[in-house]
Amino acid sequence: MPTRVATHTHEEVHDPVTTSSPPQELPAVAEGTRPRTSPPRRTSRRRPLGRDIRKDWRLYSLLVIPLVYLLIFKYIPMAGNIIAFRRFRAGGSMFGDEWVGLRYVQKFLEDPAFWKVFSNTAILGVLSLIIVFPMPIILALLLNEVRKTWFKRFVQTVSYLPHFMSIVIVVGMVMQLVSLNGTVNSVITALGGDPVNFIAQAGWFRTLYISSEVWQTVGWGTILYLAALTQVDTQLYEASRIDGANRLQQTWHVTLPGITPTMITLLILNIGTFLSVGFEKILLLYNPLTYDTADVIATYLFRVGLVSNNFSYATAIGLFEAIIGLVLVLGANALSRRVVGSSLW
Amino acid sequence: MRESRSYRTFTVLNTIFLLGVVFLTMYPFLNIIAQSLSSEAAIMAGRVTLFPIGFTTETYEVVMSDRLFWVNYKNTVVYTVVATAISLVLTTMYAYAISRMRLRGRGLFIGIAVFTMFFNGGLIPNYILINSLNMDNSIWAIVIPNAVSIFNLLVMKAFFENLPLELEEAAAIDGLTTYGILLRIVIPLSKAILATMLLFYAVSHWNSWFQAFIYLSDKELFPVTMYLRNMIAGTSQTSDVAAASADAQNNVSSNIKAVTMVLTVLPILCVYPFIQRYFVSGVMLGSVKQ
Repeated sequence: MPTRVATHTHEEVHDPVTTSSPPQELPAVAEGTRPRTSPPRRTSRRRPLGRDIRKDWRLYSLLVIPLVYLLIFKYIPMAGNIIAFRRFRAGGSMFGDEWVGLRYVQKFLEDPAFWKVFSNTAILGVLSLIIVFPMPIILALLLNEVRKTWFKRFVQTVSYLPHFMSIVIVVGMVMQLVSLNGTVNSVITALGGDPVNFIAQAGWFRTLYISSEVWQTVGWGTILYLAALTQVDTQLYEASRIDGANRLQQTWHVTLPGITPTMITLLILNIGTFLSVGFEKILLLYNPLTYDTADVIATYLFRVGLVSNNFSYATAIGLFEAIIGLVLVLGANALSRRVVGSSLW
Repeated sequence: MRESRSYRTFTVLNTIFLLGVVFLTMYPFLNIIAQSLSSEAAIMAGRVTLFPIGFTTETYEVVMSDRLFWVNYKNTVVYTVVATAISLVLTTMYAYAISRMRLRGRGLFIGIAVFTMFFNGGLIPNYILINSLNMDNSIWAIVIPNAVSIFNLLVMKAFFENLPLELEEAAAIDGLTTYGILLRIVIPLSKAILATMLLFYAVSHWNSWFQAFIYLSDKELFPVTMYLRNMIAGTSQTSDVAAASADAQNNVSSNIKAVTMVLTVLPILCVYPFIQRYFVSGVMLGSVKQ
């Protein structure tokens, strides 16, 4: 099963640049007899696989333990998704006991709670794309204008720090800041307002989620953009200055186009992971009072599966989410290849 | 002349803005440090912001006298060391093998790893697997399932690919086996990337809590992140709406939470200024298109 999956994905995932052999070559080599239509290759490629492995067994032996690891801890759970279509009994086979067809799929498609968490997930995903994604670009552009190196480095060093904090710490800090006696409420009361119990109000959850996300990721997100900015040809700036462009026009016509490929690559990655909103953070930050806005597919699945022990039902939901994720990545990648000619692989 | 003046204005505004970013980034840290050194009454009155009010170190003594805190802290250290060692060994072995052009089926082996980035088993099948293997409630449920990060694997592979092949060929002529080449030529040349990987893995293992949350039931086995999690999210995780509606702060007093948070992030805060550049270089390597 895993091998089949892997062979299937080989063509999709393998990299045409660094993989020296086309994917269909593998079975041909293994058989050793099939007539070749492709151009001649290096001689080592024609030798039987067995002899290659015997001669170079130490290299192949390095693969063994990691492959066993991947097989057991990545591919067996993938196959374990089969229980979305089979009844799972505690103490029974991990692949389920009997086929039930699409019963669990039908169950979540008809479950209003599922569509509620689906739309919550989509809303958080869209908000992240619109608000969280552009922030590092803005910060990188502003940092790029700083001429004093020590100041730039100082801002960078400080802004990367939240990236290294455990999500438990981040949520702990959020709760302290927005608690009834926290800083945010102190500011509100100082301005004459009434204290707000942010943690217990569904209307505030998205704000808390998005703002803590910006706090934690904005600095670290600038790294790739700052790197791309150093690659922009300085001659372009000189040329645009001679043409009479001011700083703003230079930013718009020279700097931004210079980092567009980076932006597109990261945008694809973000679209692909659009539904996998910060599950661990939500799990720590939400509570039954905020489920209305906070409950997402992953947390719903968590409660259905591990709290209520409906393993098959939860797996069906998880499989659905994983397939959407895969389709989104492949789709965004294909789109970007067609539209801008750059893709992840 | 006009532009240079408006540009000067921009520079001033930009500096002020960036200082604002620095302040907002640092504020939550300064706030919990201040709270950890403040009296509970001052915190409850909402008076603690940047500086301790009613200075006291008593809270530290209270937290540090809790045996469970130290047991959990020690667990975090042990888990981080063991998990990082396993991660590094597996990642290095696989990355080295798939970085060699002479490896037959190289594309397939890369594909097997990369595919798991885009499609994975999901929560429930993983949970069932760990339980079927009887790994739950043991260190192995923490250190094994997330041993290999595919991102780190690809970073290392890219690094190995850029090592000069001539060195290895010369070593092979001198009679070194592949193992010898890896241990005595490649690894000494890869200290920079190994340090980066070590840090990436160590931080992610240090910070992890979810594996412990779902697989461990024995409090004595918890990492310190779980100790903290039970403290901050104590009430918000109950299905009891009444309990959750009470402010989550009521369970454990704020200064105790603040001290626990400070003690948990302290190791990272202390080493961070010195190791930050390794992380940055790691990200840069990873961004090189594989």
